[in-house]
Amino acid sequence: MIEERFDAIVVGAGMAGNAAALTMAKRGMKVLQLERGEYPGSKNVQGAILYADMLEKLVPEFREEAPLERHLIEQRFWMMDDRSHVGMHYRSDDFNEERPNRYTIIRAQFDKWFSSKVREAGATVLCETTVTELVRNERERIVGVRTDRRDGEIHADVVVLAEGVNGLLGTRAGLRARPTPDNVALAVKEMHFLPRETIEARFNLKGDEGVVIEAAGTISRGMTGMGFIYANKECISLGIGCLVADFQRTGQTPYGLLDQFKRHPSVAPLIAGSEVKEYSAHLIPEGGYKSIPQLYGEGWVVVGDAAQLNNAIHREGSNLAMTSGRIAAEAIGLVKSRGEPMSSTNLAIYKKMLDDSFVIKDLKKYKDLPPLMHTHSQNFFLTYPQLISKAMQNFVRVDGTPKAEKEKATLKSFAKARSWTGLFGDAYRFARAWR
Amino acid sequence: MNVEPPVRVEDKLYYNRYLVDIGHPHVKVRAHTTPSPQLLALLKACPARCYELNDDGQVEITVDGCIECGTCRVIAEPTGDIEWSHPRGGYGVLFKFG
Ligand SMILES: Cc1cc2nc3c(=O)[nH]c(=O)nc-3n(C[C@H](O)[C@H](O)[C@H](O)COP(=O)(O)OP(=O)(O)OC[C@H]3O[C@@H](n4cnc5c(N)ncnc54)[C@H](O)[C@@H]3O)c2cc1C
Ligand code: SF4
Repeated sequence: MIEERFDAIVVGAGMAGNAAALTMAKRGMKVLQLERGEYPGSKNVQGAILYADMLEKLVPEFREEAPLERHLIEQRFWMMDDRSHVGMHYRSDDFNEERPNRYTIIRAQFDKWFSSKVREAGATVLCETTVTELVRNERERIVGVRTDRRDGEIHADVVVLAEGVNGLLGTRAGLRARPTPDNVALAVKEMHFLPRETIEARFNLKGDEGVVIEAAGTISRGMTGMGFIYANKECISLGIGCLVADFQRTGQTPYGLLDQFKRHPSVAPLIAGSEVKEYSAHLIPEGGYKSIPQLYGEGWVVVGDAAQLNNAIHREGSNLAMTSGRIAAEAIGLVKSRGEPMSSTNLAIYKKMLDDSFVIKDLKKYKDLPPLMHTHSQNFFLTYPQLISKAMQNFVRVDGTPKAEKEKATLKSFAKARSWTGLFGDAYRFARAWR
Repeated sequence: MNVEPPVRVEDKLYYNRYLVDIGHPHVKVRAHTTPSPQLLALLKACPARCYELNDDGQVEITVDGCIECGTCRVIAEPTGDIEWSHPRGGYGVLFKFG
């Protein structure tokens, strides 16, 4: 057993764990952080968009130091059918600002850097160490962890579970439920390398400007899911994700979906001639507000994806992870500064502080959306994209048909596919859930 | 989209870096005679195609190419069909980009 006793043990060196360890170390607490990967980031997968504001609160000087790819000046949303896409683009020179708001990043590289800040702040970071079990005392309080290293048990006043969406420890210890097929999505992703100039020409960029494309429609074959294409400096991150329950139900393969997405006539030209250097996959928590588990207890708190703190509608996760990690650390710091024990009653302040932040407020706003998307996936991800594409084509094709007739045909195709009650029902349900 | 060329997952996995923990598979399939629907679903749902049907019609796993996504755990751990752990520290897939 490691005799040394720590104020806190943080399990995981992802976005949430690093934020928590950094915040506590900066307050002078004695922190041990354990990560199973060879280096922080070696197990982690993300799109990835980094939201500057949440990182700035942790590392104000990050823009000078962190490995950032491109700052985003344009966002595209594509509604796709098999041969076309209807798009909305938002591009603004305002995003070419002094302190850009969003960047693309490469997770493995970013996590390594983030972890170096944690070490600089004085935390002990041990990689290549899988935590196998939580240790309880006779009064059922979590008092430490057991690892696959020979040293065995390590003790601390509090354990921060930042173990990500597939965290085994909390579920094995009965602190929260295992993720279910209908509250997690599986995303598969590839990294496509191309010369910088080629990427800038294809995406209409100069310098470090970046673009992201989010895509939905028939590419997910009626399942609840989305595709994404993000421009980095010298590569393109491209992937697609769908609910695990949908994969299970339909027997579609994740790699089949990815390859179909890559071959789509709107996507293929963007990656033509690229060299693929990695194929990865990861789960994303999709259950939203209703699937958030108990967040604290005797001697423990849970943060980030492990607590399902992920906003799938807006594709935000790492910022919620960072923020929940920071807030948990601040709450622990408060309890410690009062010289009180890390009991469930005292740690309840973490939940209170989180409830007051954008993290829970945003998730609460969309609490009804995930179930709606999941039960109506055929309409939202198959029927509507096809109808909208047909309507667009009808609208722009000039063929001598009077416009009034065209509109009538479009309306009829909508009514035929979904019936008026169906359409209004979907619109009403969507509006209510969005509210 | 009917004329779909087969996707060779093995080629995709070839891009990745792994440190295989020989003799310590982190995922195991429970012995069975007829596979459950959950086990059969893994043949398709696993993004690394680690699960295959053997000649006797049972589901087998080879973990070498596993990308540790956890999908099979979510589908088949509740039924007891598989046992899922993280690989030992440092082993398994090592993403360079992630
Ligand atoms: C394809 C994809 C695209 C995404 N795109 C975006 C995006 O654009 N923007 C955004 O904000 N979010 C995005 N997300 C979500 C984001 O990646 C997550 O919300 C975020 O990584 C969660 O951080 P975390 O620290 O909670 O978990 P993770 O980053 O998953 O970190 C968990 C860490 O714990 C370690 N660990 C787990 N168990 C143990 C153990 N027993 N012992 C030791 N170590 C352990 C793991 O190795 C890992 O390093 C995306 C996710 C995916 C999969
Ligand atoms: S964890 Fe993912 S990649 Fe590994 S065997 Fe299970 S489904 Fe396949």
